Amino acid sequence: MSEEKKEREPLFSSKNLKLLKEPLNMSNPITVQVLGICSALAVTAKLKPAVVMTLSVIVVMAVSNVVISLLRNGIPPRIRIIVQLVVIATMVILVDQVLKAFVYDVSKQLSVFVGLIITNCIIMGRLEAFAMSNKPWPAFLDGIGNALGYGVILIIVAFFREFLGSGTIFDIKVIPQGFYDFGYANNGLMILPPMALITVGVIIWVQRYRNRALIEEN
Amino acid sequence: MQEIFNIFIKSIFIDNMVFAYFLGMCSYLAVSKTVDTSFGLGIAVIFVLGITVPVDYLLNEHILKPGALAWLDPGFADVDLSFLSFILFIAIIASMVQLVEMVVEKFSPALYASLGIFLPLIAVNCAILGGSLFMQQRDYQSLAHATSFGLGSGVGFFLAIVGIAAIREKIRYSSIPPALRGLGITFIITGLMGIAFMSFLGIKL
Repeated sequence: MSEEKKEREPLFSSKNLKLLKEPLNMSNPITVQVLGICSALAVTAKLKPAVVMTLSVIVVMAVSNVVISLLRNGIPPRIRIIVQLVVIATMVILVDQVLKAFVYDVSKQLSVFVGLIITNCIIMGRLEAFAMSNKPWPAFLDGIGNALGYGVILIIVAFFREFLGSGTIFDIKVIPQGFYDFGYANNGLMILPPMALITVGVIIWVQRYRNRALIEEN
Repeated sequence: MQEIFNIFIKSIFIDNMVFAYFLGMCSYLAVSKTVDTSFGLGIAVIFVLGITVPVDYLLNEHILKPGALAWLDPGFADVDLSFLSFILFIAIIASMVQLVEMVVEKFSPALYASLGIFLPLIAVNCAILGGSLFMQQRDYQSLAHATSFGLGSGVGFFLAIVGIAAIREKIRYSSIPPALRGLGITFIITGLMGIAFMSFLGIKL
């Protein structure tokens, strides 16, 4: 109790900053906690949908974390999953309507994956593990941090897939025409779904090589 | 009839939930350590997809679609409730899973014992919600089409998870670079399996 009172001091105390930074690397939702893989892979053929997806997840995650954290003392434990799903689904409907209204073409590309944010395990997982037992402000930071950690992987994967697969970044051509004249060709395989998996596999490889603590036994 | 069968085959091999759309990846990675458990999860997914997709189809056809409420009163003909589909679908899925769990427990304790722990997990499996959302997007023409799509997607997931579990059981004995062990190599193998499944793309149905 006394510790909670002290937290009054600065909004960005080192403990709170840790909530924001940890998920970017040491407890990254995708590569370490293995949450929310489904949507991460499907929207990464191009950078633009990946960025839009990241923003949507940040919004849904931050708001639903705060809402659940505010309600945490009023939710009967037995029906908490339904309550969480309702909060998330409401947020996702809002985000979906906004996307349809302002960036219709991206919303078409994302197709069912906006809806699938509802079952994105990152959100459920963090609500269950963090927001249910913490105050709104840390829950908000935790939401932003985890959504950013998710977004970082999404953007790295999308960058490589778009760069190698179509030779563009944000639909702007970056590989000079001269290369193509010399016989350079875009790697069409990178656009296909299986390469997303392999790219993530390689990212995990690199990350664990640098952070020995994360290596699994077996 | 022919077309219904085509949808079934197509959703197993060509539009495979795992390899083409990455749906249900979370449980796919978490539960694929041994063949036995992944078999149980696979069967449970077939079961639940086979039930929720047709139910959500009826819901979509008669309540959510633009103009679907016309049966209530001609005045409702231009009502479009499709923005409610996420919340209704997820509610249907959660309650169906609960219902299936109770029915299975009552009538087949043996099946319940093997599926038991996986059924509640399935409510938040993206493959299930994804099945309903794809069904809505592709606008199947009859209940039978939607059902065969649901069952086919379930079988596709089943094949994928049992396949990866078998590979993971074997791969335990090989020497993998330490940093790649566990999650990393599973991703790469899934990618390779996905490439293998892409060879079915040539089938014209």
